[in-house]
Amino acid sequence: MSFSIPKESWNSRIGIILAVSGSAVGLGNFLRFPGLAAKHGGGAFMLAYFISFLIIGLSICWAEWAMGRAGGQKGYNSSPGIIGALTNRPQFKYFGVLGVLIPVMIYMYYVYIEAWCLGYSVNFLTGNLDFASGEEASAFFGSFVGIRHNGAAFGFGIQQVGFFLVAVFILNFFLIYRGLSRGIELFCKYAMPALILLAIVVLIRVLTLGTPDPSNPDLNVSNGLGYMWNPVKVIVEEQASDGTWAKLDEIVGESAIAAAEARTTSEAGLRVREVSLGEQLTNFQLWLDAAGQIFFSLSIGFGVIINYSSYLKRKDDVVLSGLAATSANEFCEVGLGGLITVPAAFTFLGIAGATGSTLGLGFNALPMVFASMPAGQLFGFVFFFLLFLAAVTSSLSMLQPGIAFLEEAMEVDRKRSVTVLGLITAVGSGFVVYFSKDLKALDTIDFWIGTFLIFILATIQIILFGWVIGIKRGLSMANEGASFPVPKIYGGIMKYVTPLFLLVIFALWTTQNVFGYNILTGQHEYSAYVKDLFIEPNNVARFSVLLILIVTAFITILTAIAPKFKYANKEESQS
Amino acid sequence: MTLGGWIIMLVSVGSVSGLFIWCVCKVLTTPSEQESIHGFEIETPDTK
Repeated sequence: MSFSIPKESWNSRIGIILAVSGSAVGLGNFLRFPGLAAKHGGGAFMLAYFISFLIIGLSICWAEWAMGRAGGQKGYNSSPGIIGALTNRPQFKYFGVLGVLIPVMIYMYYVYIEAWCLGYSVNFLTGNLDFASGEEASAFFGSFVGIRHNGAAFGFGIQQVGFFLVAVFILNFFLIYRGLSRGIELFCKYAMPALILLAIVVLIRVLTLGTPDPSNPDLNVSNGLGYMWNPVKVIVEEQASDGTWAKLDEIVGESAIAAAEARTTSEAGLRVREVSLGEQLTNFQLWLDAAGQIFFSLSIGFGVIINYSSYLKRKDDVVLSGLAATSANEFCEVGLGGLITVPAAFTFLGIAGATGSTLGLGFNALPMVFASMPAGQLFGFVFFFLLFLAAVTSSLSMLQPGIAFLEEAMEVDRKRSVTVLGLITAVGSGFVVYFSKDLKALDTIDFWIGTFLIFILATIQIILFGWVIGIKRGLSMANEGASFPVPKIYGGIMKYVTPLFLLVIFALWTTQNVFGYNILTGQHEYSAYVKDLFIEPNNVARFSVLLILIVTAFITILTAIAPKFKYANKEESQS
Repeated sequence: MTLGGWIIMLVSVGSVSGLFIWCVCKVLTTPSEQESIHGFEIETPDTK
């Protein structure tokens, strides 16, 4: 007699679209994308961004959706099970280990950042974030996340992250425990529309800021938008002793440009120069950043979409659902994030305040912006609460692949699977939060997992789809039940262009960010992440990599011994 | 902001907004949506 557990499934198409777009919409939409677009010049960056979107984003997205649903029809929801079953090659199930490892490891530090968002929103509401200077904002952030020494983050006051961390951890596992439709889907159905509504409220506030400081007329919303979107950048350059020109400043606004030109007439060795769109496009770092942003933003190569879509039914439309989830993410990123963060930061802090790292912009610059803004306490709360919602919908998606894997590999029900994953992620998150000095553990895991391995998994997935499963069979899988088919041109793009584009981008990225070769200047210095491990050993970085290896070993061993995967392999290889 | 900046911003924001709205309309009006709906009452492993 056989006993089968009723298969989990989504409640509606809108539900899975909101869940997938919720997975994709995160801090990167509101903090990372605007920073990159402003850094590289709106026009040039958007061109590279949209090309990357068409070549990488849509290709891998449709491939993941199609593979996931087909794997689900074969009775698998985990990445190893799906890949093993679809490729008919038992050994390929080990590629799927990455599809479990990546989301589980990212969750361990993402929940920490999620707690910052909740903590900042509550502290805005209670009036604790009324900063007068950048030093105050920076000091609060350092104290809040425990950046000064290890163990400092385990504080449970309102101005410390500990309490918020416990709260978001419990919330995540409560929702994930409720299951796919009653937990993730139900939450995303309310959270995603609420997130968009809150973002529109903040957007209206930002676009109506005008010129907050009449004594500094160049700092206004129009120039803030110009800094973000102008295709031609205006820079001041300084001449070095060897005759070469190096960038000194970027300037925006008529009076700032006039003042800079006046300065060049009075000072030798300075010039004002316009950097055209064409010249910006020759900067390979721009292409690298644009392709990377598409990756991180769309949650492709995370192992999430392939898992989520495995709960679909055979005739559910993956082409339209994939495009809809992707477009929702793009709308939040370009249409909302692109108009809020950088213009707001520029309007109050100038170019210096609108540039910098994602975390610096989000947790140092923006709190100052809201503190300077009329009704800033309310808008600060709203903004960080929307970041919190975006983070929750993303972190939920990081747990589900692990849940599905444990259910299949250990043949346990959801309750036990949630318990096991809860223990693993609690230990991992505890490690990341304890080693909070300079956010070393977070940074190390983010680099090796959240950047490096994502490239690898996405490349593996598209190669499996185009070359192992076969593009004809793959597109046929994708088009089943679709209201419109994947455009025919994508057959060639998915088979040749996307893998090649990814391999080139990955090779350039690794050359520069791992081995430290500057392709433009020819200089070489190993990246800090390599130095931390081999050249100037840092124990926290080494322990972080050890943690990654332990979790990898655990998932790999389970994949190797799980009867369900062995049965699948035997069955598939015979077919 | 320059004229080029306005054009790029409007084209970028307009295109992603247009695509998003089209997708939402398409999802809501495609008849097969009704067929794929199944209720919360289905017993799933998480209810065990």
